[in-house]
Amino acid sequence: MEDNTAKSVPLIVEHLNLSIEGQPILKDVNLTFPNNKITCIVGPSGCGKSTLLKTLNRLHETTDYLEVEGRVTIDGQDIIQARDTELIELRRRIGLVPQKPCPLPMSIYDNVAYGCRIHGMHRRKKEMSQTVERYLTEVGLWDEVKDRLNAPANRLSIGQQQRLCLARSLAVEPDFILADEATSALDPVSSRTIENLFVKLKEKYSIIMVTHTLPQALRIADYAVFLYLGEVIESGDATEVFNNPKEELTRKYLQGAFS
Amino acid sequence: MMKKLKSKYVEEYVMRSLMILATLLVLVFVASIIWTIFSKGIRSLSWDLVTRLPGKDWNTAPDGGFLNAILGSLMIVLPASVIGAAVSIPVVFYMTMYKRRTSRLSYMARLAYDVLYGIPSIVYGAFAFTIMVMVGMRASVLGGILVTTLLIIPIMIRSGDEIAKTVPDEIVEAAYSLGATKWETLKVVLRQILPGMVTAFLLAVGKAIGDAASVMFTAGFSDQLARSLSDPSATLPLAIFNWITMPDPFPERAYAAALVLTIIVLLLSLTSRIITRRITKNNL
Repeated sequence: MEDNTAKSVPLIVEHLNLSIEGQPILKDVNLTFPNNKITCIVGPSGCGKSTLLKTLNRLHETTDYLEVEGRVTIDGQDIIQARDTELIELRRRIGLVPQKPCPLPMSIYDNVAYGCRIHGMHRRKKEMSQTVERYLTEVGLWDEVKDRLNAPANRLSIGQQQRLCLARSLAVEPDFILADEATSALDPVSSRTIENLFVKLKEKYSIIMVTHTLPQALRIADYAVFLYLGEVIESGDATEVFNNPKEELTRKYLQGAFS
Repeated sequence: MMKKLKSKYVEEYVMRSLMILATLLVLVFVASIIWTIFSKGIRSLSWDLVTRLPGKDWNTAPDGGFLNAILGSLMIVLPASVIGAAVSIPVVFYMTMYKRRTSRLSYMARLAYDVLYGIPSIVYGAFAFTIMVMVGMRASVLGGILVTTLLIIPIMIRSGDEIAKTVPDEIVEAAYSLGATKWETLKVVLRQILPGMVTAFLLAVGKAIGDAASVMFTAGFSDQLARSLSDPSATLPLAIFNWITMPDPFPERAYAAALVLTIIVLLLSLTSRIITRRITKNNL
């Protein structure tokens, strides 16, 4: 199994301003996401967490009347300004686990294989099967689905679907994994399974997650970003941010003064 | 408190009764239409009627069959459906994928198709007829195909667009985030909406094949089979229209033709259901 622990791929956000219909959503965001760590973006509802996450792989494009300035670079390449052909490769390097599990309308096997196929990876059939098995094993789904790989993916339980979505993103060998409240639609057990997976996966990938549940952030975050009304109020080592916040706003948020 | 509770129950009861009543009313309509057509049509329907062309005296006596109308309808509607689908599908895709919902072009396009959708088929017929006169074309299969295509396109686009709107954004985002291009994403989306599209398109075909007004001036009428695109041709809806107003025993033939038309439409929707089920089952 290839090992990319040592690989250091910087994902940097510089002077990111974003507005929708003239309404500023993100204001001068500057961040450097650490490698092989879990970064949790926290903050009250509507503070721009999900939007920030979306700009990291330029999914904000699907929103109307949106204007964006600034740079988001992975390995020095700007995602915001990338041409369509470059964007494909950049997006491959930044996987996404959605808020609501959303399998592609195809079989379990094809869900994992799909990304590889469009990028022309693992052209041999046997190689592809091994890849599918490897990533399904990695998310702990292999034993549950190995006898029905050709069944439609939407027959899986919600918790299983979310792990499938994770396997699907991992299969294209990304450097970063974005998770937008990836556990909010799940039951406590499935939710904990995903959390544990993230902790395991950070050895090989860098994970950036948006979370509503502060306890979750406290449990698994290595690095924390506190966002308030589109501004980064505080960011840094999670223990520092959560235990010794420098800013009054962060302290209030952590105390539950507002949410 | 109790009184309030009771009035709630009464309200619920009344509303539910109304809904059931309305549903029953629709069912009665459907049943009586099918009953009328079947009971009257089946009596006069015969093998000869559907396999033979009109005889020499078709105009004054029930002579021969109406194979010309059956084949005429199919000859017009099948090519029109293919051309219609070929035009509509890219438009639906364009409006869904390449243009944002709020973009001016797709807004204008939607408005245009809404307007077209609402135009009565007789107006399409009249419009096409005017054009045909201008270019010196006479009533023909080609004219019928053209006007039927015009009729089908807005229906297909409207229903296709409605179906495309049901695609969850998450699927599109999932494909994008894996690095799929717009075209690749579209193919994924297509898997999701194909069953709905097939149904919508076959419904459009069903509507077109039953329309008399559009083909009245454009396809004309003939007691012969059309041998080329420039020959006029009979169609089932027009045959019904003609016969039903004639003295007995012609209306019997109208019912037979109506039965054949109904069976064709029923077969179409049945096929669409089977196709849909098969596609969903295998999930491609």
